[in-house]
Amino acid sequence: MTPFTALTSKVLPILEDRIDTDIIFPARFLLLMQRAEMGRYFFADQRIAPDGSQRAHPANDPRYAGAQILVTGADFGCGSSREQAVWSLVSFGIRCVIAESLGEIFAANCLRNGVLGITLPRPVIDALAAVEDPVTVDLEAQEIRAVGTAFPFSIPAAHRERLLNGWDDIDLILTQEGDR
Amino acid sequence: MTSRTLYDKLWDAHVIRDYGDGAALLYVDRHLLQETSTHQSFVSLRESGRTARRAETHLAVPDHAVPTDSRGGSIDDPLAAAQISALKKNAADFGLHYIDLEDARQGIVHVIGPEQGFTLPGITLACGDSHTSTHGAFGALAFGIGATDCATVIAAQCLVQQKSRTLEVRLDGTPQPWVASKDYALALIGAHGVGFAAGHAIEYRGSAVEVMSMAARMTLCNMSIEAGARVGMIAPDDITFDYLRGRPFAPQGEQFEQAVAYWRTLSSDADAVFDRSITLDVGTLAPYVTWGTSPQDALPITEKVPDPKDAPNEGEARRWARALDYMGLAAGQNLTEIAVDKVFIGSCTNGRIEDLRIAAEVARDRRVARNVQAIVVPGSTAVKRQAEAEGLDRIFIEAGFEWRHSGCSMCVAMNNDRLAPGERCASTSNRNFEGRQGRNGRTHLMSPAMAAAAAIEGRLVDVRELVS
Ligand code: SF4
Repeated sequence: MTPFTALTSKVLPILEDRIDTDIIFPARFLLLMQRAEMGRYFFADQRIAPDGSQRAHPANDPRYAGAQILVTGADFGCGSSREQAVWSLVSFGIRCVIAESLGEIFAANCLRNGVLGITLPRPVIDALAAVEDPVTVDLEAQEIRAVGTAFPFSIPAAHRERLLNGWDDIDLILTQEGDR
Repeated sequence: MTSRTLYDKLWDAHVIRDYGDGAALLYVDRHLLQETSTHQSFVSLRESGRTARRAETHLAVPDHAVPTDSRGGSIDDPLAAAQISALKKNAADFGLHYIDLEDARQGIVHVIGPEQGFTLPGITLACGDSHTSTHGAFGALAFGIGATDCATVIAAQCLVQQKSRTLEVRLDGTPQPWVASKDYALALIGAHGVGFAAGHAIEYRGSAVEVMSMAARMTLCNMSIEAGARVGMIAPDDITFDYLRGRPFAPQGEQFEQAVAYWRTLSSDADAVFDRSITLDVGTLAPYVTWGTSPQDALPITEKVPDPKDAPNEGEARRWARALDYMGLAAGQNLTEIAVDKVFIGSCTNGRIEDLRIAAEVARDRRVARNVQAIVVPGSTAVKRQAEAEGLDRIFIEAGFEWRHSGCSMCVAMNNDRLAPGERCASTSNRNFEGRQGRNGRTHLMSPAMAAAAAIEGRLVDVRELVS
């Protein structure tokens, strides 16, 4: 897995609450089996009209093109456990999700894919969403730096270590438990 | 020894290594697999050259993408066919138990796990599906995982997990006729919000839980994830043991009695302390339906569609307005004025024999309304056969319902069972999210009795009025 140390990028703000994994990656695309293709269907029903044209949506907005940091509301990724939601996010180019809160299984799936999930209070979310310049997420220092301000965050030590090193669970477990 | 909750006991019994801060390496006793969430798990296992550590502890079955209109022929959708045959091959290559689509034991993972006695009290059970909380009804520690974790369970038989806080949900009282555990779940989520149990493991207790059938308990635990809880559980009792006795994967004979002796120890100690506790008197409840696009948008059928003006805060007001727009509803409209196009009776929430019996009782000697397509999709092939043995299929067919083969069907709309844009459905499933039953489809969640009543009347209706 690619280690996550620090990342500097524009933010993509999608500020609704309770965006579930059916919205992030609609069920009918679950029949696809190639991870690399999944970014095309990231927020598919909100981004793409039935005739194939693009709808007005932050993820279609050229101002946010190339953003690797998603800033969003409460309960992001709640609902279905589909890891396709995370794969589509990664394939779309996102490496870090900053939310008011995260669905529990979704948060675990992020960690398994080297995506840094951060939860912060709503005022900080709103402040970050408004920043147009690139923002730096520094996992080593556990802070986000944006337009001269540093916003501290924290994640469990074990998660941090795993992301910083790009460790894979199976390797970690089998090595630690001293077998194979 | 300090007193512990049921969750604490199951957690402690499975910790291999404690990392501190509530994180631990947890042993996984049993693992269920379905076609849609595991393909990538096997891709990564093959890439890293790993094998199954304890192949006999896994059980794979196709359910999500399977057609329900016919069985035994070829599958029309090439992507669905590929996913199902990939599961079969993966199970064979790794030596895992596999139940074929045509097998009499086939069905939705969360229906067949208990049916086969694969789900047992006291075990940890994982599955690449969020409704794995269902199995907690047996006093198992059961939780949903992603595809990467499925690979980890196969290769290492354990998972790194973060311990949840505990939440006691006490249900007391005697329900009114036609009110059941689906209504309790919707009432709880409606009152406390979809996130009310986030980060918590729920234990359901109280006099209303003690008398519930296993099917009703499974419905309740199933819906835990819609309250944000990954785990929902109920202490096992004689109802549990009677259900499990003689099931194929359960211990047999003397071993079963030994197991029961252990299972009887699996309840929260009398003085155990939960991190939080909430109560609900089920005796006061009317049947519930949802009006919006989140399970928390739930109200008694006797109510009206709410007005965003009355929302508790600005964010909710915006969300309500958007939900009304998506659902094509007007504030102030009676819930009983909402006409439906389709009715879906099935899913891992309400696709068991008890659910079909209740729906059939409503359907008996009545007719599905003109212009309504109503489908009954048994949760498993065993449920289907049992229903046919009891003549329920005849009741449904004579009333104008379609009688289907088992699968997830219109709960997730990965096959042809789906809503067209703008269509409205009375559904016994668990999620009314935007697009869940098909792009721009509109879902109203309710119990099997209420869904059957909606099929008859062609609109949402209080089943108590229909049958009286
Ligand atoms: S019936 Fe619905 S909720 Fe249950 S496992 Fe199938 S898709 Fe998931």
